[in-house]
Amino acid sequence: MTGELLLIGLAGVLASAGPVVFASIGETITERAGITNLSMNGMILLSAMGSFAVALATKSMIFGFLAGAAIGAAVSAIVALSSVTLGRSQVAVGFVLALLCRDLSYFLGNPIMGLPGPRLTIAPIPWLQDAPVLGPLLFRQDIMTYASFALIVLAWLFVNKTRPGLVLRGLGERPAAAHARGANVARQRYLYTIVGGAIAGLAGPMYSLSIKAGWKGTITGLDGIGWIALAITIFGGWSPIRAALGAYLFALLQWLGLVLQPGLPGIPSQVLQVAPFPLMILTLLFVNMGSAEWVESFLARLPERPRRAVARFLRAVNVKPPAALGTPFEKD
Amino acid sequence: MRSDRTAKALFQAAAVVAALGITTLVLAATGAPPFAAYANIAKGAAGNWTVASDVVVAWVPLLLVTSGLLVTFTVGLWNIGIEGQITIGAVFATWALRSCQGAEVSPALAIALAFAAGMAGGALWAMLVGALKTFGGVNEIFGGLGLNYVATAINIWLIFGPWKRPGVASMSGTLPFDQKLWLPTLNPQSRLAPVAALLAIVSIAAIFVLLRGTRFGLKLKATGKNPRAAYLLGVPTWQYMMASFAICGALAGAAGAVQVTAVYHRLIPSISSGYGYLGLMVAMLVNYSAAMAAPIALFFAALNVGSIQLPIVLKLDSALSGVIQGTIVLFVILGEGVRSTLAARKKGRTS
Repeated sequence: MTGELLLIGLAGVLASAGPVVFASIGETITERAGITNLSMNGMILLSAMGSFAVALATKSMIFGFLAGAAIGAAVSAIVALSSVTLGRSQVAVGFVLALLCRDLSYFLGNPIMGLPGPRLTIAPIPWLQDAPVLGPLLFRQDIMTYASFALIVLAWLFVNKTRPGLVLRGLGERPAAAHARGANVARQRYLYTIVGGAIAGLAGPMYSLSIKAGWKGTITGLDGIGWIALAITIFGGWSPIRAALGAYLFALLQWLGLVLQPGLPGIPSQVLQVAPFPLMILTLLFVNMGSAEWVESFLARLPERPRRAVARFLRAVNVKPPAALGTPFEKD
Repeated sequence: MRSDRTAKALFQAAAVVAALGITTLVLAATGAPPFAAYANIAKGAAGNWTVASDVVVAWVPLLLVTSGLLVTFTVGLWNIGIEGQITIGAVFATWALRSCQGAEVSPALAIALAFAAGMAGGALWAMLVGALKTFGGVNEIFGGLGLNYVATAINIWLIFGPWKRPGVASMSGTLPFDQKLWLPTLNPQSRLAPVAALLAIVSIAAIFVLLRGTRFGLKLKATGKNPRAAYLLGVPTWQYMMASFAICGALAGAAGAVQVTAVYHRLIPSISSGYGYLGLMVAMLVNYSAAMAAPIALFFAALNVGSIQLPIVLKLDSALSGVIQGTIVLFVILGEGVRSTLAARKKGRTS
């Protein structure tokens, strides 16, 4: 493979990771506030279908993308209502919504199935696109891919360097302390669940109006993406930058699967398509294993040198969720 | 206490009415005639003996997985990997039948072996989720989901690879088994196997008794309510979690074996038919108690079978059944939330 082809391939990886970047950063923000939004998989399908329908009807890309964000926000609002106000299990409501939104997208999307529709075009940035290597890689993308780059930086800055970001972290770590310092925990959790949902909702139109343009019902090939995004949120250790790295790693592996497939005859394409899922389990295993008891006792029996190396590796990848994730907050 | 129960029932009824109101609006929004759609579902589920028996055919695996899920829910586990456990159960059952087909084995023994293999396969696949959780810290939701996709891949690989039809492999599945190895049905045209229905009824009854009246069930409950306290009181919690995964997986594997031996008579790509996820919905709707599982599962099976004709008759997508089921479960959960929130507020005011 020549260098130019490789660059085009990698630029494609950056673009195809875009929706997963949006989804996992949206979920990261929500979970940082202490709420797990498990509806992601159905939500992305519904926003993909809905935004395609809106873009078709209004002939406007902007309305299409706005519809995607609105659908994500609306579904997430149900999660917030049920857990913050009504004290229901976040897992139960999230899972029901994941299935319900999926079926809703197939049912409502039936009339627009297979219709030709608008597609986001590439918007090269003048001057920068001619830079060697980085030009074709970063600056010949569509506007939403640029937005995904910006989102990584902005989300990281917001969470780690701003005052509201500090409050956000407090909501997920020690809501009682955040409350004592004057934060309205319930209202803020609503806010970040809905904002995170709106960001994640943009993943839908990024597929249906760009990467996998159109709506093809059950064979659209988006079913499962939301679950991957949720796993990447954990893999990312609830940090926007690590989450984005996870999304790029995922897209890279998918691309490698496509590139290498001709070299692996005898493996049906359906089998390669599911390769991300065992990888998801393995990565979750790596990032959680450091906390397991048997790993510690096993490590203790290793000789000094490998033990240090393994322990350092496990500590480096180990992640800890926000302390109050998934638990309701009752102020007395 | 009594008025509490009445209020609960009232809220549940109101939630179901509201859910049907929402689905009616969804139907109207698509320009479809809502009542024609409901009538079509009713006719498709109870219009004649053939469709009514098809409802029971769908009810059997659904009730089997729901029985199993009640056990994992009791321990506080979300066994979303149930879909994969059905699939692997079906794969193991197929493997057993394929092995028996050439050998001198009586059909009854072959079918019994198929069920044993299916249950073992489902239990193994479920315990893999349990092991990932216990020893690897991988949340059972993600471990289970991942293994669902892996199970599908194994299934498809077998259908297109080692077990492919002579000639050309296809999405229609493996070659059907010898008719001798089919689970006996009511009549040759029917897919309803009385033995399978009996198995489902026995399962839910056994789970009801297990959770209500045994020490084992009590310890499962203790583990689910407060694992730390249960552990301190001498319940070996992770072993109980593994046991609940094994029981649930075995019942899911039995559902897979039913699909293979009684319904399709071969292995097909979508052998689990979504019954696992549907079973999770049923379990949530019955609030994780066994008493109402059978009738609710029957209702959900009727919705599924009833909507099969929708695309042909009304040009509507058959996902409508999932929309109705999901909306009902969501509204019942939300309704219960509203009721308990109001009750807590009232109590706060009087005390």
